[in-house]
Parts: sequence; structure tokens; C-alpha cells
Amino acid sequence: MTDQITKTRLSNGLTILLKEIHTSPIISHWVWYRVGSRYEVPGKTGISHWVEHMQFKGTPRYPAGILDQAISRDGGMWNAFTHLDWTTFFETMPADKIDLALDLESDRMFNSRFDSEEVDSERTVIISEREGSENEPLFKLDEAVQQSAFSHHPYRNEVIGSMQDLHTIQRDDLYAHYRRYYNPANAVVAVAGDFESSRMLDALTGIYASKPGQVVEPPSYPQDLLKEEKRVEVSGEGETTFLEIAYRAPAGNNPDFFPFTIFDSLLTGPTSLNMFGGGGISNKTSRLYRKLVETEYAISVNGSLQATFDPFLYTITITVHPKRKPEEVLTRVDEVLQSLLESPVSTAEIERASKQARALFAYGSENITNQGFWLGYSEMFAEYSWFLNYVDQLTRVTPDNLLKCAQEYIGNAGRVIGIYTPKGGK
Amino acid sequence: MSSPNNHHSIPGPEDIFRQVLPNGITLLTRSNFNSASVVISGYVASGSVYDPLEKLGLAHFSALGLTRGTQNADFQTIFDRLESVGASLGFGASVHNTSFGGRSLAEDLPLLLSTLADCLMNPTFPVEQMERLRAQLLTGLAIRAQDTADMAALEFDAQLFPNHAYGRPEDGFTHTISAITQPDLVAFHRKYYRPEQMILVIVGAVQPAKAADLVARYLGGWLGNCEVLKPALPAIHPPKDSIRKHIRIPGKSQADIIMGTLGPKRKAPEYLPALLGNSILGQFGMMGRIGESVREKAGLAYYASTSLNAWPESGSWEVSAGVNPKNVERAIDLVKEELHRFVTELVTEAELEDNKSNFIGRLPLMLESNSGVANSLLNLERFDLGLDYLQRYPQRIRAISREEILAAARKYIDPEKLVVISAGPGKKGKAG
Repeated sequence: MTDQITKTRLSNGLTILLKEIHTSPIISHWVWYRVGSRYEVPGKTGISHWVEHMQFKGTPRYPAGILDQAISRDGGMWNAFTHLDWTTFFETMPADKIDLALDLESDRMFNSRFDSEEVDSERTVIISEREGSENEPLFKLDEAVQQSAFSHHPYRNEVIGSMQDLHTIQRDDLYAHYRRYYNPANAVVAVAGDFESSRMLDALTGIYASKPGQVVEPPSYPQDLLKEEKRVEVSGEGETTFLEIAYRAPAGNNPDFFPFTIFDSLLTGPTSLNMFGGGGISNKTSRLYRKLVETEYAISVNGSLQATFDPFLYTITITVHPKRKPEEVLTRVDEVLQSLLESPVSTAEIERASKQARALFAYGSENITNQGFWLGYSEMFAEYSWFLNYVDQLTRVTPDNLLKCAQEYIGNAGRVIGIYTPKGGK
Repeated sequence: MSSPNNHHSIPGPEDIFRQVLPNGITLLTRSNFNSASVVISGYVASGSVYDPLEKLGLAHFSALGLTRGTQNADFQTIFDRLESVGASLGFGASVHNTSFGGRSLAEDLPLLLSTLADCLMNPTFPVEQMERLRAQLLTGLAIRAQDTADMAALEFDAQLFPNHAYGRPEDGFTHTISAITQPDLVAFHRKYYRPEQMILVIVGAVQPAKAADLVARYLGGWLGNCEVLKPALPAIHPPKDSIRKHIRIPGKSQADIIMGTLGPKRKAPEYLPALLGNSILGQFGMMGRIGESVREKAGLAYYASTSLNAWPESGSWEVSAGVNPKNVERAIDLVKEELHRFVTELVTEAELEDNKSNFIGRLPLMLESNSGVANSLLNLERFDLGLDYLQRYPQRIRAISREEILAAARKYIDPEKLVVISAGPGKKGKAG
């Protein structure tokens, strides 16, 4: 397997990352923009995600619908995602068809129409998307916990936006957001797969070099610390109680992120960084599973740690056993946390977590779409070397720095306790 | 811009190694040394089709119980071995089979296969673990009862396949899961878990001979009794009239709709024309014609698409959509209009060519990963399609005509006789 990486920056500010992989006649092409809910102001929440939707509504050259059909016709797949720090678009295509992807992504970086009628039709589609999420008790709980966990940072808002803002955002708001953030200086093009780097670089340079770039300084926010313990309660239909505990996590480019990753792995099981393919590993030997599920205090437990630009949240989500109360479960969670705060774990446990990470890495490497995702994703909060060194960094974690990290982010920090109580519950 | 190199070819008779062990297990292996890992996938023929009505969910319960303890290892030991090396292994029951899937780094394949064998051959279903698992299954059912898409699907299956295993949920109901005892699990395992109809697929960084040795070592000693089980299943008939039901789930913001009818079984001659037609109807591009109508033009839904599910005895042809409760009837009408068009007019030449091109062009994407190859090989064996099926596939797709698609659509879809189920807020029997 070739592991050659090319990284270049054009004079207009566009960053290009290329990775040749010649195992399948496939290329995965990604365009990343530094815009997401982190860049949104009150009254305009959800605007980044809506702009992403409008990017599928056509340009003068590729009217709406033509794009989907063109990609599908060639046997490709494509999609887009909006998250806290970024918005990304990808196409994975048979290698000999990739020119189409290069052309359409560069076209819609500049020429999307944002037709008023399409904006109105998409408003109801996105409202429907949000209504689908609202059907889920855990979405409601997550939203409440996130709101409570930040006082002013836009990470407090759901990426999809508030229902109120989805009703009031207008076409011109969307277009202005698009024009500001969609430009070469604010973008990363990442391509992985079956190509020659020099030829791919020539092609991309030919497409983008003459386009103007406008540097957008990322907004900076004063530290939004979580100093105390807060409680939020949500109630709704059903019979099942959920408990969510959220701590402030280190940002992705903070060296503490690696010991914290091991901490999460020991506590709730390994988290996979694979977005496409590879799957995960079960967490039945993790400390919280043994303490909660094996003793019938919980039905399931999961942890979530994400690499983000600013410090986001580390969340533990627990489905409470029907015969238990959330307070009893919380007490047991605290006992486990306390043990990790009092004494260092063994080196063997850290080695085990590293091996798990190495296996997950191997699984994810099989899939070229996933490789393309990794290339660009890491650029959104650090740079690609973060990814290359990821497993290595985990193996360097020591019991002492894990302990220090646990004390800083868990022991001496505030948190949000969220409880979803079913109306029909006992 | 392509630079062909050491690509995988499309799997075929020259690189899929197939062998049948003396105890009846069929093993298929394909090597891929571009990856550092291996995937296993397969099934034994112990599905929910054997569930007694009053104990629906028995096959599912027993499948999940396999890893909870064996004669050689308890639950924590089994998962400590797997998780310590970053391996995974899981089981689950469908109507006909209990399937399994797992993966590990190549060096840990012996561990993965020995664990698979131990769980299949020697489970003990420890009482304490089974009670724990029961509580987990019941919570799963309580969550299902609040899920609009799940509840619509449950009712859709029940209406489309009355009195048939295809119409019953593999995960059972609260009262049937509560009725299952530990001896039921032991007896179900003893009777229905056997090597004769087992298929095992191994794909990844392993030589076929090495894989075969390992399988013989760990699973070769599993003795069956040479009896091939064949469940007695009633005949399946299309709906005689339209059926319209609404499942009331209060407190929800969105309603889910599932509507449709029977589809071809997997080995029916019209399966591939129907599959291509289904793509035109509700898959291609942004969810085909139905996505265009319900999402893109009317703006009614975040998702609206179709699926064709083909099993050994029959199949279903389904449209699903999530919409605001007040738009349920409008969305159903739009879907019906598209179905009407689909059974009265030939698809266009352009639609046919686009979709053929998509089916053929996406093969490399379907087959790039070990799990993609493993799933494909499992299907080849399950439906007796032949080891050269994937290589012949483009030619078969190219041969499909517009007339065959229309004939397949007409054979199965009668827009006046559909099962139409919605689930969400609103009064029982009436959405919105």
C-alpha cells in the first residue's frame, strides 16, 4: 500500500491534500469548509447546515437534480455533512470518472443559485429533518445538556438549528453565509485513492489557482468553562429513563486529547474514528459496563469524545435499568470515576487501549472513502500529521499523565447531569 | 487520471475458494493482503421461523445468548479476549437464519474462529445472564414502541404477511419475551443449531489453506445429525384490498409512513428487473422519482425512498417516508401517483441507461472492503447464484429491458391494493 501524502497550499489559500492508494480503482474526493455551528450567531442557528442543503440545489451549469443523477450514473456515491467546526462534501467515484466530481465541487464553491423557491422548499425539508430528530428522546436530552453546558459559546446550539430560526432565516442570509465561507482560502480539498499525485495536483491547480480566495478569520470566543454541577431534566413519552453526564473535553489539538482518549476507552470502551466502514469494538469489558450493566443498574452505557476546534463535551450516555433510579446509577458512575482519580491505572491497560485503537485504524484503512475523510477531517482542528501520529501518541500515554488528565477534566471540573424521565415512568 | 495498479479484481471462481466440510459447513474464502485485517460472516439455519407463537423472539434471544457464557468461558472472559485485541463478534437472528459477523487483525483470526466455534457449539445460557439479557431485550421493545418508523414497519409486515413468519417481529413482543425460559433457550439451541446448513465466509489477510485449517480445527468436530431442516411455511398472497392503518404514538413531531406490497423472492426471474425498477422509482440520485416528488418538489419530507427486500419465499416492495403529521395523506397521495405511473408507463430510455450504469459502475465501491466482499460472497452461496455471479452481473444488468421492468412492476404492484401504515401523533386510525 502506498502511503505517500502530498500537501500543498495554493497562493489563493486553498489547501490540497493527496494520498495515493492503489488497492481499488476508486477515488474519494472531499471539499472541506471551515464553517459549522461554531460560526453561527444567535438568530441564525442552523444556517451552515441549510447552506449545505442548498449546495445540492444547482448552479447554472449543473441545475438541481442533474448533479445527483450525474454522480449516480457513474456508479459513485456522494453526500455532505455539517458539524460544529466544518461542513464537508464528498464524492467517491470509479477512478476514471473523478473529473466530474472535481468539476462540480469547484462549480458549486462559487456558483450555487440559492433560488428563493428552492430555499422555501428546503425550509420544510429541514424542519422535517428536525422533527424526525425530535422524535428521539436522546436528541431532546442531548439538546438540553448542550445548551446547559455552554453559557455563550455557539457549541451550545444543535447543528440543525432551533425551530424558531429555521422559520425566520431568509434567502439573503443564506446567500451571504455561503459567499463568506465558501471560498478557496477557507477550504481544504482532500483526495484519496487511485491516481498519480502529480497529475491530480495539476488538475486541481488548473481548476482553482485563478479563483480568488478571501481569508476568513475564525471567530474566537472567551473560555467557556463549566465550573459547577448543573442539572437538566427533560420529560416525554415512553417508559425508558436516560442519563447523560457531560464534562468539558480537551480540544482536538490539545496534547491532553490523547490521554483523554485512553481515559474514555477504559471508562466506556474504545471510540472509533472511522466514519465509513470498519465498525467498532464492543465495550463489555469497560469499567462502566462492568459496574453498571453487569450489576443491572443500566441497560447500556456509551461514551462520546470528539476531536473539535475548541473544547467541546465528553458525554457518557446511559440507558437506566427499569428497576433503578438515575440517582443510584449516578452514584455508581461516581465511584468508578473516583477510582480513576485516585490512583494511576496499569501500563497494561493503556497498552490494551492502544492495541484496540490500532485495530480500529486498520479496519478503517480498508475503505478509501474513510481515508479521504481522515485526510481532511484532521485539518479542521489540527493537521493531517495528527492522524498519522494518532496511534503512536496513544502508545506514549503514561499512567501518570492519564491520572493528571482525569483530575483536570473530571475531578476538578464542573459537569452537566441530564435526565430524561418518561411521563409514564415509575 | 486513473493509474491502474494492483487492484482487486471482481471476485470469481479463480479466487473464491469454496469447500464443504464433512459435517456440512460450507466455507468460502477470499484473500486480500492489501488489508491488515480479516472479516468473518455467515449463518446457521436457526431463524425466527422456528419460534413458537407464544414465544416469539426465541431465536433472537438465543442468538444474543450465545456470547453470554459457554462450557469453556464466561461472558467477561469471552469479551475480554475479543476486546483486548480489538476484535468484535456478534450474532443476530432473522426469519430464516441466525447470522454472525466479526473482524480482527489478521494475527487474531484463530481467536476469532475459536470464539465463534465455542459460542455456536457450547453455549450454556447461564440463568443470571439470561435474566440480564431479558431486561435488555424488554427495554429494547419499550424503545421500539416509541419509534414511529419501527412501529409502522411492524404493522406493515403484520398486514402484508398475515399468519406467516415474515409478518412477525424477530425480536418478539413484551409478553412473548417474558414467557421464554432458560430451558427453552437450551432446547432451541440443541434442536436448531447445527452445522449442516451453516455457511462461513472469511475475507482478508489470510491464505485460503490456512483459513480452511483453522475452520477444520475449531468447527470440524461439530457433529450434526445430517437432517436438513425445512420449515413448513404457508403460501403468501398479495393484499386483496387496500389496507390503511394509523398507529398512534403521542408526543411525536414527525409521522413515519410505510406503504407497499409484495415483491419478488430472491430467486424469481424478475428479481433483477424489479431491483433496477426499484432504483428508478425510489433510489437513484436523490431517492429516485419518489424522492423527487415528495422531497424535492413538494418539500414534504427529509427522506422518502423505496426498498425491495427479497427473501427465499417472498419479498416486499416498500416506500417509506418521514413527514409532518399534517402532511401524511398528501405524501401518500403523491407516492400513489408515482406508483400508478410506474405500473402504466415504461421507464424512459434515459432512466434505464442511467440506472444500469449506476448498478454496474458501483461494483468496485461495493467490493472495496473485506466486509463488502464477505457480504457479497454470503449472498452468492445463500441464493445459489454461482461463484461467477459478480463477474456475469454487468452482462445481466445490461440485458434488462424497459418492458421487463414494467412487467415486474405490474406483476407485484397494484396501486389500488396497497398496505399503507403510518405511525405518529393523531387519533388511532387517523393521522394528523
